Amino acid sequence: MEPIIRTKDLSIQFGGHKAVDRVNFEMPEKHFKSIIGPNGAGKTTFFNLLSGELRPTEGDVFFKGESLAKYSSVERTRKGLGRSFQITNVFPNLTVLENVRLAVQSKEKVRFHFIKSYRSYKKITEEALVILDQVLLLNKGEAIASQLSHGEKRKLEIAMLLALDTEVLLLDEPTAGMSLEEVPTILDVIRTIKQRGNKTILLIEHKMDMILDLSDSIMVLFNGKLLADGTPTEIMNNETVQNAYLGGLYDGELVETS
Amino acid sequence: MKTSNLVSKYHVLFLIILLFLIAFPFVADSRTLTILFTQIFIFSILAMSYDILLGYTGIVSFGHAMFFGIGAYATAILLNTFEPTIGVFIGSIAVGIVLSGFVSFLVGLLTLRLKSHFFAMLTLAISGLLLVVAEKWRTVTKGNDGFTFRAPDIFKDRIVFYFCVLACLVIVFLILRRFVQSPLGRLLIAVRENEQRTRSLGFKTLHYKVIASVVAGVIASLAGSLYAVSLRFVNTSVMAMDITLDALLMTIIGGVGTLVGPIVGSVVIEFAQHYLSGLARDFPIFERWIIFFGIIYILAVIFFPKGIVGSILQALSKWKSKHEDRKIFALEKDKEHSP
Ligand SMILES: Nc1ncnc2c1ncn2[C@@H]1O[C@H](COP(=O)(O)OP(=O)(O)OP(=O)(O)O)[C@@H](O)[C@H]1O
Ligand SMILES: [Mg+2]
Repeated sequence: MEPIIRTKDLSIQFGGHKAVDRVNFEMPEKHFKSIIGPNGAGKTTFFNLLSGELRPTEGDVFFKGESLAKYSSVERTRKGLGRSFQITNVFPNLTVLENVRLAVQSKEKVRFHFIKSYRSYKKITEEALVILDQVLLLNKGEAIASQLSHGEKRKLEIAMLLALDTEVLLLDEPTAGMSLEEVPTILDVIRTIKQRGNKTILLIEHKMDMILDLSDSIMVLFNGKLLADGTPTEIMNNETVQNAYLGGLYDGELVETS
Repeated sequence: MKTSNLVSKYHVLFLIILLFLIAFPFVADSRTLTILFTQIFIFSILAMSYDILLGYTGIVSFGHAMFFGIGAYATAILLNTFEPTIGVFIGSIAVGIVLSGFVSFLVGLLTLRLKSHFFAMLTLAISGLLLVVAEKWRTVTKGNDGFTFRAPDIFKDRIVFYFCVLACLVIVFLILRRFVQSPLGRLLIAVRENEQRTRSLGFKTLHYKVIASVVAGVIASLAGSLYAVSLRFVNTSVMAMDITLDALLMTIIGGVGTLVGPIVGSVVIEFAQHYLSGLARDFPIFERWIIFFGIIYILAVIFFPKGIVGSILQALSKWKSKHEDRKIFALEKDKEHSP
């Protein structure tokens, strides 16, 4: 089967520093893959290359067999590559509901409608409310995004990705900096999406128990290079991974540093 | 239910102000004030158009006067060339709008992909260029000296013109309000708030910036047409930086990102200008009223970043939430007492 997403020698260099270094990876449709690696390994940069936020200095990304080189982040989202951001990236002065509604608006292709008031697009609001309910933010709908707690902002970030309803979900540390009580909400949301079985999911995380719980496969980035890619058992038993990365760090959970 | 309550309150206020403005020229019987009000309406239209760029889409343009100028010249030249009838007047507005729409589309498409400060500089350069064209193309514009022309006879009555401009203001206000509240308008705000994220959601932000620029250009052109007729005279000053600065000042002082703000701003600035230039007869320093505006401007940006309307809205919402807290508090107290 044609992989839904594939990279060939994907690389990017910042000055002399190769943040992503000839990464070849692919994943089949409806697969759940996690990306692990120490801080600065190039995980977020890898996402930026997939989503078009950054352009590679070498190599290419393929989506359903088609090269994405000529497509901007806008077009990649429309094709079905949606992402969330590690550093919360929302519309700070709009309400939570409006933030999500903008994402739904994109999904529903309501782009140039200027005759009717946005309030009359009931379906968009309703869909946004459903999503907010999923991430337990329903009671915060009227709050201004910038006034949310950190954990709530993270939930909003994910809500916006879910609202886009893209085929591929790129999740960049959805629980980064969340308090322990809030993590299960996000874990549940991600698990539910996975169980529905119609999404391809790529997850960057540091929380090992969460990764082992969710992933069909795991890939390890180290210094921009793809160190290993395999099933959770393979990765946990992989000697290189052990030495390079898991070694001193893994004791039930990776050291949290985000 | 609460919001509909609130909305109808605003509607009532809107109607009261409108009725006042309709009655005003009959009651006040002051030629000076009628003319001043007409001027305020015209600049309200201009400032609202500027706010579509600055307040709603987050685009800083230093060249907005060029569209005002295009409208002013289109109307002046056409009324001067043909019979000054209402038909020609309306036609000239249309010509100005089409020209401005075309120019703003082109300028927007070519420059809006640039970083915002480059865009601001380029708009300054392009409008400067147009100003030079207006100065040099003497056969048509009579350059710096400008020319007088006859307005349609019906506008000889200042009150008729007052109503014509008031009608334009109300119509533009209603259209723009609908526009900013449409899904498209929400996207302009999204671009202002976080352009990169808007793109990441799958919206081509350049399109929205160009649309904002065209809408703003077209409305500014209408204001320019009305302005020319109000003076029955046009020269290159309609394209000058002062016009852009006026629009900028009105928008910022009144409150960016609202449509009422620019209107309030133009009331404040026009009245201030009017009375300060009156004072200038006795105290020559007031001739430099622009210095005062510089000071007001700086103070406004420091202490009133949201402008008059923005600050009022903020105070209102604070007051409301306090009020509600108190209500809840009172309720809880009741509960404590009831058993
Ligand atoms: N735009 C950029 N310009 C220059 N250097 C960059 C840029 N983006 C990332 N880098 C560098 O690339 C390297 C990889 O960064 P990246 O954010 O991808 O790491 P990460 O694996 O996501 O780390 P973390 O776990 O902390 O999120 C880092 O050394 C970083 O400083
Ligand atoms: Mg990262």
